[in-house]
Amino acid sequence: MKKDKVVEIEEAVVRFAGDSGDGMQLTGSLFSDSTAFAGNDFATFPDFPSEIRAPQGTVSGVSGFQIHFGHKSIYTTGDLADVLVAMNPASLIANLKWVKNDAILIVNSDEFTDKNLEKAGYLTNPLDDETLSGHLVVQVPLNTLTYEAVKELDLDNKSVMKSKNMFALGIIFYLFNRDYTKTYSFFENKFKKNPLVVEANKKVLQAGYNFAETLEVIKNTFRIEKAELEKGRYRNVTGNQATAWGLMAAAERSGRNLFLGSYPITPATDILQELAKHKQFTCITQQAEDEIAGIVSTIGASYAGSMAVTTTSGPGLSLKSEAIGLAVMTELPMVIVDVQRGGPSTGLPTKSEQSDLMQALYGRNGDAPVIVIAATSATDAFYSAYEAAKLAMEHMTPVILLTDGSIGNGSEVFKIIKTADLPPINPPIAKANDPEYKPYKRNPQTLARQWAIPGTPGLRHRLGGLEKEDITGNVSHDPLNHEKMMQLRQEKVDKVADFIPELKIDGNEGADLLVVGWGSTYGVLMTTVEEMQNEGKSVSMVQFKHIMPLPKNVREVFSKFKKIVVCENNMGQFVNYLRMQLPEFRYEQYNKVQGLPFMVSELKQKFESLLNE
Amino acid sequence: MEQKVEPKAITLSKEDFGSDQMVKWCPGCGDHAILRSVENVFPKVGEQLGYSKEDFVVVSGIGCSSRFPYYMNTYGIHGIHGRPAPLAMGIKLANPKLSVWLISGDGDSMAIGGNHFIHIARRNPDINYLMFNNKIYGLTKGQYSPTTPKGQKTKTSPQGSFEMPFNPGELVIGARGKFFARALDSNPKLMQEVFLAAALHHGASIVEILQNCVIFNNKIHALITNKETKDDNQIVLEAGKPMLFGKEKEKGLKLEGTKLKVVTLGKDGVTLDDILVHDPTTDDAGIHMMLASMAPPEFPAAFGVIRSVESETLEDAVWNSVEHEKATSPIKNMDDLMNSGNTWEIE
Ligand code: SF4
Repeated sequence: MKKDKVVEIEEAVVRFAGDSGDGMQLTGSLFSDSTAFAGNDFATFPDFPSEIRAPQGTVSGVSGFQIHFGHKSIYTTGDLADVLVAMNPASLIANLKWVKNDAILIVNSDEFTDKNLEKAGYLTNPLDDETLSGHLVVQVPLNTLTYEAVKELDLDNKSVMKSKNMFALGIIFYLFNRDYTKTYSFFENKFKKNPLVVEANKKVLQAGYNFAETLEVIKNTFRIEKAELEKGRYRNVTGNQATAWGLMAAAERSGRNLFLGSYPITPATDILQELAKHKQFTCITQQAEDEIAGIVSTIGASYAGSMAVTTTSGPGLSLKSEAIGLAVMTELPMVIVDVQRGGPSTGLPTKSEQSDLMQALYGRNGDAPVIVIAATSATDAFYSAYEAAKLAMEHMTPVILLTDGSIGNGSEVFKIIKTADLPPINPPIAKANDPEYKPYKRNPQTLARQWAIPGTPGLRHRLGGLEKEDITGNVSHDPLNHEKMMQLRQEKVDKVADFIPELKIDGNEGADLLVVGWGSTYGVLMTTVEEMQNEGKSVSMVQFKHIMPLPKNVREVFSKFKKIVVCENNMGQFVNYLRMQLPEFRYEQYNKVQGLPFMVSELKQKFESLLNE
Repeated sequence: MEQKVEPKAITLSKEDFGSDQMVKWCPGCGDHAILRSVENVFPKVGEQLGYSKEDFVVVSGIGCSSRFPYYMNTYGIHGIHGRPAPLAMGIKLANPKLSVWLISGDGDSMAIGGNHFIHIARRNPDINYLMFNNKIYGLTKGQYSPTTPKGQKTKTSPQGSFEMPFNPGELVIGARGKFFARALDSNPKLMQEVFLAAALHHGASIVEILQNCVIFNNKIHALITNKETKDDNQIVLEAGKPMLFGKEKEKGLKLEGTKLKVVTLGKDGVTLDDILVHDPTTDDAGIHMMLASMAPPEFPAAFGVIRSVESETLEDAVWNSVEHEKATSPIKNMDDLMNSGNTWEIE
């Protein structure tokens, strides 16, 4: 057997692509687990079609999974791939634009039949012409070799073909010097009831690994040093899972039961599914008949004293608008999670966008201010969800937490913390028989009213959507009272600025260019700005997590820079919000609305041209 | 599962629930009588089921009826149009120890809230749902509702409504609801009996109250309520009793083939043995559906508890699962959860 040379590298991007039925998401997540064991930092992103099973072999049915891993901190899922696994011609044609010029392409040559080539839109076989020149093409008859690997087992055709993704995974494991036996326990758990399938998967995975070892085209393999992560215990989380966990941690710390009223919607459903698993934490989840019932039951649960949450995506947020107004009026705490997706209307359900910002800020009848915060990464979703719940309960107001498809479905390495180390949460719960209690009497620091929970002696009161009289909470149509209440509701949200961290500049004050982002673009902006700083460019950045209210020092920060560019995955919603809030500054803008994240290369180009202007 | 609330010795009076707020319904509106009946029933409900006055929550949607929470001295929340059902359900799921009352109207429940209405019937949380049916939109001043009879002229149906109306009872039973009763704003005794029965029933108890809107739909229920015609057009059902009505209780309901028929005792050889005996507790919805559908002039309208079938409530199912998971899950807190599954140490 030949012995390949091991090359040390800093980082790599691997992309798995196949038909929706080829199990690429699973393959990717198993490779992520192995990456975790190898001690690398990483970020992943699944890229799948909105149809569960689009026509087999066509480009619209291609499902992908990308992982970026390395020795240094990884903030993005990677621009272009170093290695692409293509399980059929359609996945090759769809993904070739996402690979580097000299990538390693591992293709299942068995699937490159005339019929499949035609379905994918290839006029000639790319394996036979110049299409792939420059790349290292590894042709693997994956179907044949998978059959070969399990031929002694008494397994039906379908089960055999279902395990062929493991052959591809075996090859990638070899390429990155991974221990494939670590994956065995996954098979043993997943197929507990079917030992034959466990055996088959093990055999196929091993066969893939061994096959790669014998391949002449593979001259060397790669090793990436363990990442320089802080000491501690780690795990892998997706953003949706982290959101759910942050919420549960907030419930635990606040001593309130968690209630979730929600309706399934891509890409937010995972949060509902995750919370539904944890009844042991008295986590009550209600899958409602529609989005409206989802939030309205949440309002009811909040009134009854639960830490109440509803989760949705853009179209669902539209349906919830009226009810959010009721939550504003009744001044009840709740977290509304919007995992944004491509819009408008049904838009691009499985793609990511940041285009619900204005809806979150203003999409209600009347002036109805709420706190709006945005998570900056999959792991940050944990902390953002926790903070959203804390702010909601301590300030007695709905909070909209914006994440998006890239955060929700993306995964990252998460450092496990102790729940006790999270900041405490102290909701202003009214005491039984308090003679001073008045439904709309406020705490002077926060302007929050008290939370008087049904069942408590001596605090009976009525809430509702009609305007309430200041302090007493009686229904009131008095013009001056209405104006006062409008101001109080706004002031209450504005005052939250006293309780959130100030904006932090990454880089030098007074650099030639300040890059501004919000939410999920943090990783890619950070990577770009760091690279440019290392090249000696005068660029700094700030990333907004708190949108309503803005951190107190924004004006001070902005005034230190001559040029400001606001980057976001929409048509310019945050930049226009800033133009409204802080009109004294001039803002350049850079927008990408393709349902795809920014790439470092395109950002660099933009920033360089701004620097050269 | 048994009632969650431990009976505690509670004494309550009507005054415990009276509010100091000015009641702003039109003089003569049927809502006033309903309010009085509810005030009279709450003390009994509290005493019989062990709810203190702070355990009552009154929830509503939008419409004339939905001002109700403001006129009761209880915990209360006045929601948005059509959505009282999920509001009440959220409260009950969050705290099953509360006695949750939902007040709604035909516009609120049958039109904009129609979806929630059928789902609350199906899900069966222990909520008492009082739906005031005046067959018109009162608060917006006189437009036809989903229960307005076909052909009736209103502001939005100047040529007469073109639409077939809903019968709320049919919806409840069609949605596999377990409790349906009907009452009349002009009969306080019946209202109180029915409201108490609704409270005692463990599950979603949906009560339709035929209510008169004096301003925009006056006398809409006249055929049923008029002195001269009411005996022939009303039947008050009682569990275990034959279904008799008429001034002298001389008429009754008989099952002929698969249909109900109005018969007269002593006529054509009809005896008391021929008359159907009311059984609200049978899960078979056949007869209940026919009773809910009955309407004058062919039949009397049915009142009282038409259907009352015991079945597990939503909150019991949910909270039993919580208790079970608490007892059996090895994961007791967030620290356990974060450290479960695949984790690794960086030295
Ligand atoms: S409009 Fe009709 S229903 Fe409304 S309060 Fe007046 S009488 Fe009652």
